[in-house]
Amino acid sequence: MPTTLPRLPDDRLRTLVAAHAEAVGATRRRTLWSVAALIAVVIVAGFVAEVDPVKLVSRIGAFGDYLGRIAVFDNGDHVGRPVLVAPGEWMWGIGHWSRLILDTLLIAYAGTLVGAVAAFVLSFLAARNLGRHPVLRIAVKRFLEFCRTVPELVFALVFVIAFGLGALPGVLALAIHTTGALGKLFGELVENIDMRPVEGLTASGGSWWQTVRFAVVPQIAANFAGYALLRFEINVRGASVMGFVGAGGIGQDLLEAIRKFYYADVSAILVLIIATVMVIDRATERLRHRLTGLEGRA
Amino acid sequence: MSVVVRTSGAAGGASATRRIRAALGPAARAERAALEKRHPEIFAGSRTARAGGVAVVAGLVGLLVFALLRLDFSFARIGSGIAQLAHFLTLMIPPSSGTWVRFGLFVHALGETVAIALVGTLAAAVLAFPVGFLAARNVVPGRFLHFFARRGLDTIRGVDTLIWALIWINVVGLGPFAGVLAIMSSDFGAFGKLFSETIEAVDRKPVEGVVSTGGSRLAEIRFAILPQILPVVAGQVLYYVESNTRSATIIGIVGAGGIGMFLSEAIHTLEWQQVSLLVLMILVAVAVIDQISARIRFAVIGDRRIEV
Repeated sequence: MPTTLPRLPDDRLRTLVAAHAEAVGATRRRTLWSVAALIAVVIVAGFVAEVDPVKLVSRIGAFGDYLGRIAVFDNGDHVGRPVLVAPGEWMWGIGHWSRLILDTLLIAYAGTLVGAVAAFVLSFLAARNLGRHPVLRIAVKRFLEFCRTVPELVFALVFVIAFGLGALPGVLALAIHTTGALGKLFGELVENIDMRPVEGLTASGGSWWQTVRFAVVPQIAANFAGYALLRFEINVRGASVMGFVGAGGIGQDLLEAIRKFYYADVSAILVLIIATVMVIDRATERLRHRLTGLEGRA
Repeated sequence: MSVVVRTSGAAGGASATRRIRAALGPAARAERAALEKRHPEIFAGSRTARAGGVAVVAGLVGLLVFALLRLDFSFARIGSGIAQLAHFLTLMIPPSSGTWVRFGLFVHALGETVAIALVGTLAAAVLAFPVGFLAARNVVPGRFLHFFARRGLDTIRGVDTLIWALIWINVVGLGPFAGVLAIMSSDFGAFGKLFSETIEAVDRKPVEGVVSTGGSRLAEIRFAILPQILPVVAGQVLYYVESNTRSATIIGIVGAGGIGMFLSEAIHTLEWQQVSLLVLMILVAVAVIDQISARIRFAVIGDRRIEV
C-alpha cells in the first residue's frame, strides 16, 4: 500500500520554515555561546591543573601495566602467574584483613549513628517552621555548614594529633561530617512536613517536645532512617581511607601495600574493599526499599 | 469545661502559640483520665509495634557499644583529646599564613583545587555519558551487557577517590593531573549509574512519537531521550562539581595536587594559624562555587529537585 503525505504549497512552507528557523535560532545561539564559555573555562582550568593529554597517552600503558602487575604474583612459589591460580596465597592475610574490614565497618557504623543522632536533634532547631529562636537557628545552620564543608579527612588529621592514632579520631571525624550532611537533609525534611498535626498538638496544649515527638517525628522517621542508611553507605567508603592518615581501618594496610609495591596485596585488599562496599550497598538498598514500603502503609 | 483564649489578631506569632499552650494544656490534661477510660484502645497503642521499635533501638545501641569497645574507646582519651583540641583552637587565632609569598602559594593551590574538581568532573561526565546509555535497560535490551556495565560501574565506584589518586600517581607522577584523573575515575562510576537511572526513567511517549514517524534508533535517542535527560544530567553534573570541590581539597594529602598538601603539612607541623587560614579559604571557595552552581542550575532547569 503506497503512503502519501500531504504537501504544503511552497510559499506557505517558506514562511513556516523561516519562522521555525528564527524560533530555534535564538535558543541555539544561546546554547552555542554557553558551550563556548564552558570550553574556555575548562581550557583555563586544564592549564591550572596541569592537564597533559600527551603524557596521559604516553603513560597510559603504565596504567594497564599497573593493573596487570597487581593481578600476578611477584614473589613466592607462583611468581609471574595470575593471583587467581593460588587464592590461598593471594589472600594470605585474609584473617588480619577481615578484622580490619570489620573495624572499618564499625568505624562507619559508629560515626553514622552518632552523627545521625546529633543531626536529628539539631535539625529541629535548624528548621524554620519549628525553630525556637532565630539566633539559635542561624547559629545551628552555620555550624552544620561548617561540619559538612570541611572534609572528614581534615578533621581526622587534626583529631589524630589531639586524640592519638587509632580508630577513635576516625569515628569522631565521620560523626562530625555526618552531622553536617544529615543535619541539612533532616532540616529540609522537617521544613516540608504537613503542619496540621503540629497545629493539632498545639491546640490541645502539647509542649514543644510533645509536638516534636507526636506530630513531627512520625511523619519523618522513615525518611530519616533512609537518609541515614545512605550516609552509612558513603561512610563505609570514607572509613576505608581513614587509615591513610592513621585513623584506623583497612586504609593503613592498603596505603602501605601501594607505597611499598606489594602488588598482589594491593589487589587482594582492593578486592576485599570493593566486595564489602558492594554487599553494604545491596543490603542498605534492600532496607531502604523496605522503609519506603513502610512509609506507604503508614 | 470551656476555655477562652484571647490573642490579639495577627500580631500573635510565637507568643500567641505560647499563650494557647499555657491556657489549653492544663484544660486538655484535666480531661485525660476520662478520655482514657472511654477509649482505652487508642491509648494502649500497638504493643507489637512498640516492641519492634524497642528491639531496633536496643540492637542499634548494642552494636554501637560493641563497636566502641572493639575500637578502644575511652572517656579519659576523649577528655584529654578535647582539652588538646581547645588548646589548638586558641593557637589558631588569628588565621595567618606567615608571609605573603606563602599566601600566594595557598591561593594558587586553591585555584588548582577548583580546577581539578571542574576538569575531573566534566571529563567523567563526558566519558560516562555513552556508558550510561549502555547500562540503561530501555536503550540496550541485552541483559548480559546491561549486567556487566552495571557491575563494572559498581566496581569503579567502590574504590575511593584517594585510592584512585594513589594509583594514578604511579602512572602520571605527583601533581594535580593525577588528582584530575582520580576524580574522573571515581565519578565515572557514579555518573554511569546516575545517568543510566535517569535514562531508564524517561517518558516513553516521545520515543513512540519518533518511532511512529519512522525515526531511526539514533533519531530516537537524539530527539526523544536527549531533550528529556539533558537538564537533569546538567543538574547532576553541577552538584558533583560542588561536592568534588570538597573532595579535591583532600587529595593533596597523598600528593595529587591542590590545597590539601599545604593543609596536611600545616597540620603535621602544628602551624595552627595556617591551618585555620586554609580552612577558612576552603569554606569561602566552597560557598562561592555553591552560589555559582545554584545560579547556573536555576538557569538550566529552574527550581526542580535533583535526585543524586
